[in-house]
Amino acid sequence: MKIYLKIWRQKNAEAKGSMVEYTLEGVESDMSFLEMLDVLNEELISKGEEPVEFDHDCREGICGTCSLMINGRPHGPDSRITVCQLHMRSFNDGDSIVIEPWRAKAFPVIKDLIVDRTAFDRIQQAGGYISVNTSGRPVDANAIPIEKDAADASFNAATCIGCGACVAACKNASAMLFTSAKVSQFALLPQGQVEAADRVLNMVRQMDLEGFGNCTNTGACEIECPKGISLENIARMNREYLAASVKG
Amino acid sequence: MSGLIKSSLARKVVMALSGLFLVIFLVLHVSINLASVISPDFFNEASHFMGYNPIVQYAMQPILIIGVIVHFVMGFVLEAQNRAARGISYVKYQGSANAPWVSRNMIYSGLVILAFLGLHFYDFWVHEMAYKYIEVNPEDPTRYYAETVEKFAPFWRTIIYVISFGLLGLHLWHGFQSSFQSMGVNNKFTPAIKTFTKVFAVVVPLAFAFIALYHHLNPITH
Amino acid sequence: MGILDSKIPSGPLADKWTKHKNEIDLVNPANKRNIDVIVVGTGLAGGSAAATLAELGYNVKTFCYQDSPRRAHSIAAQGGVNAAKNYQGDGDSVYRLFYDTVKGGDYRSREANVHRLAEVSTNIIDQCVAQGVPFAREYGGLLDNRSFGGVLVSRTFYAKGQTGQQLLLGAYAAMNRQIQRGKIKSYTRHEMLDLVLVDGKARGIIARNLVTGEIERHSAHAVVLATGGYGNLFFLSTYCMGANVMAAWKAHKRGAFFANPCFTQIHPTCIPVSGDHQSKLTLMSESLRNDGRIWVPKKIEDAQAIREGKLKPTELVEEDRDYYLERRYPAFGNLVPRDVASRAAKERCDAGYGVNKTGEAVYLDFDAAIMRYGREKALTSGMKNPDDTTVRKLGEEVVEAKYGNLFQMYEKIVDQNPYKTPMMIYPAVHYTMGGLWVDYNLMTTIPGCYAAGEANFSDHGANRLGASALMQGLADGYFVLPYTIGDYLSDDIRTGPISTETPEFDEAEKNVRERIEKLMSASGKHSVDYYHKKLGKIMWNKCGMARNAKELNEAMAEIAALREDFWANVKVTGEPNAKNQELEKAGRVADFLELGELFAMDAFDRNESCGGHFREEYQTPEGEALRDDKNYTYVSAWEYKGDPSKAKLHKEELVYENIEVKTRSYK
Repeated sequence: MKIYLKIWRQKNAEAKGSMVEYTLEGVESDMSFLEMLDVLNEELISKGEEPVEFDHDCREGICGTCSLMINGRPHGPDSRITVCQLHMRSFNDGDSIVIEPWRAKAFPVIKDLIVDRTAFDRIQQAGGYISVNTSGRPVDANAIPIEKDAADASFNAATCIGCGACVAACKNASAMLFTSAKVSQFALLPQGQVEAADRVLNMVRQMDLEGFGNCTNTGACEIECPKGISLENIARMNREYLAASVKG
Repeated sequence: MSGLIKSSLARKVVMALSGLFLVIFLVLHVSINLASVISPDFFNEASHFMGYNPIVQYAMQPILIIGVIVHFVMGFVLEAQNRAARGISYVKYQGSANAPWVSRNMIYSGLVILAFLGLHFYDFWVHEMAYKYIEVNPEDPTRYYAETVEKFAPFWRTIIYVISFGLLGLHLWHGFQSSFQSMGVNNKFTPAIKTFTKVFAVVVPLAFAFIALYHHLNPITH
Repeated sequence: MGILDSKIPSGPLADKWTKHKNEIDLVNPANKRNIDVIVVGTGLAGGSAAATLAELGYNVKTFCYQDSPRRAHSIAAQGGVNAAKNYQGDGDSVYRLFYDTVKGGDYRSREANVHRLAEVSTNIIDQCVAQGVPFAREYGGLLDNRSFGGVLVSRTFYAKGQTGQQLLLGAYAAMNRQIQRGKIKSYTRHEMLDLVLVDGKARGIIARNLVTGEIERHSAHAVVLATGGYGNLFFLSTYCMGANVMAAWKAHKRGAFFANPCFTQIHPTCIPVSGDHQSKLTLMSESLRNDGRIWVPKKIEDAQAIREGKLKPTELVEEDRDYYLERRYPAFGNLVPRDVASRAAKERCDAGYGVNKTGEAVYLDFDAAIMRYGREKALTSGMKNPDDTTVRKLGEEVVEAKYGNLFQMYEKIVDQNPYKTPMMIYPAVHYTMGGLWVDYNLMTTIPGCYAAGEANFSDHGANRLGASALMQGLADGYFVLPYTIGDYLSDDIRTGPISTETPEFDEAEKNVRERIEKLMSASGKHSVDYYHKKLGKIMWNKCGMARNAKELNEAMAEIAALREDFWANVKVTGEPNAKNQELEKAGRVADFLELGELFAMDAFDRNESCGGHFREEYQTPEGEALRDDKNYTYVSAWEYKGDPSKAKLHKEELVYENIEVKTRSYK
């Protein structure tokens, strides 16, 4: 296949970036999207040019590192996958592909297609944990039975890989799906109840401080989430937040 | 409480509550308007009550105006913040791939409605204020029906009204059900809520449009 | 005892850990505040160690090359975590877990360490549940278990196919709490480039800020390396792309012995390589072998026809299929341990029976399972004489409920529907049992330098059992290292802050800068990946699933030559003082080019077959691994002597006092 690429190139955080066009021949349909970029980079290196930098690590859809906006959609045209799971068979010979970094004020570009997502870490540092010491001796794991439905719902929220596709997809660059998944994971478990009110207030405060946009319930995040995190989590966070505010 | 307004979640709730309040107002409004098609006499009575009852005039009317202002101002604030949150915009962004048009364009449907409200206020509210407080005319419990029908005589006004009702429908299509999500309601009743709100978003603007067209097509002949 | 003192406490096996904890020195809470610890790597071992050390009161600095600690490759573990909880009442016990692990490791691990691992395994589950890790539960609300390859009890706790991510998020959450308290300073997108020794003790690291390219000095009273395994030596593996041996290798060059480098786990059920462009291999969970049957064509001409696309696997009748695992190992069949299953696949493919374009794939067939489940389902739903189509449909539904996500993943990658045509699988490098040599306290041969998780060597011997990697990482990080490190740090309560303005730091930083300069200034003929792929080919072909003295010798020479070529001709684009992924890769590949040679040497030295290490010269007439307990019941600990080829071998004899050493048989 022959593919026409338009890729965002930006030397560093301060530099002004621009779209650069490349033509790549000999693309095979069995290649993953990132392997296609590997081939492009090998070509660039052999010409003495700097390769395109992009974030990636596990290349099996779980670490949440890869983060490309492909033809206007986070993680590309297929649903429920990350970029590293996208294969070139989803494209045709002669296709043009536009590749951009996640765009959000809270995710500044570091270089080319790499953005800084430490805002997500800070949101979790603000309260995304249960305060139990590892050095202590907690009770037996089976001492508190947890309803299977609650455990499963908590797990479903916890499957979030923190890739940021929700922010990238949202027309408002809102981080509500991410934050709500983290809030929900704990809110659904008895262990998480003690600190529930402070947790949601603190995490939302941090989310706002980072400069993410407001949620307008378009649902784009849910559609583009590679792990299918549900909008129900956002509603749950709203409930938790209202309850905590009234209480507080 | 002021801290609450600083938070993105609280702003959502304010939008939802003010929106829901306006939805309730729409129900009242469309009910009275429908009377103008069915029973001009009842329409006159109801309009007169609304126009001269002190609770309506000095309590509910200001609340309504505040509701409208809050909803619009907050809408603009949110839109400005949301645009800023993106920073650099995408060269290519396929919004249609993951979200319906209505949900992505609330600001535009809202702006059209705002413009319409300007006209609507000029047509009826300003007229009422002038009638009552500037010209200081005497009370006339029978004038409303004729005045209303007369307003819809010009074709251009009727068309503007009908188009605006179309936009109102789109705005409601997303906004009404969205307000439940914003207040944390997402449960087994959600599918039913969505169906109801969507029926509402079609029926109520249709009724308004029907009334406008009806009066345009059935002028009072003396 | 010689140079290697494993510091195994005396006394009965079951009491050793308790006794040791009671006897080691502690640091009082007030003094912990004056002690700094660096933790490199933030996966299960590093993340849990950092969080616990910070809770105890130490000042912790963590380093990871990822953009967030949560992305370490522990996240990719699918299956589960073992613990001897015996919740199922099926006779599990600490001893049984200990025994299974030692046997599974082919009697090449240290008894006392493995027993401690089994002991603390139960604490892991308690701890994780308290942290809010959403493990799978039964309808009664209690924790669910499943069984895993090679054992006779159900002791594996799991969170669907994401156990690794959920456990890592637990450790990461514990870290976040300490970051918020100011007890952990987290350095992300940072890579450790050297270990700094002061007076023979590990006192800090040189790290590169991967965003700015800045070279930084960080000091501490002790350094913990939890940097994972080195399987990317093979280029293609199930490791993440960034996994590297840099931290461990730099420690090795500074005096830490490297143990059993040749012990590598090749996982049997991975998606085969599709072409030269391949960058990594994807694992399909071992659980698939519970229901899938592995086969290749019986006739070589059928295999050839399949490879050429003239014949479909579904067209082959039962008699023409060779279910080689069931044939060779009737007792365990398709559920033999990983090393055995992998070797058997290679044997068939080498003999010409491989079934994909490259001839390096075997079938994993669910047809029998689909029909079996279908008939069962039909019966239980009251159907008397269902036709085959109905049975198949019902069966596919059952299989989908069990393995749906895996089947979907396979289809995404291979573009074939595994419900209709058998899956193709082939072994791939998955885990390294070898690593830095550590004593019972997890301290390397450098005082104050510790190694935890996959980065050390101690618990899995020559082969790791499924669901044991997560267990070991968390055991080391939560329950072992934070206590044993106190024994060492108790001598440091009066040391005060360690200065970074010393000749030792100067020297280390100078070395690092020179190396970067050297990498950037090579002649520039070939890319870094070119060398990495070449190294991978040598490793896979000559140091892979089956090894022999001749090829290992060749490998050593070829790797040494490749290393020379690399340093002369590698092309690293970009700037040293900026974000530069090529430079990052170059540094990592340079280390692999040294480790590869040591790997081959180690494999050459070990004249026996055990676990993941199969020497063709040492096999039974039936082709099974032939261990040599008389001569090789030891840990090979290599000391760096200026060049990989000059490495000096030290032996830690392994003593089995509580387990009878037997031949592993799965027939």
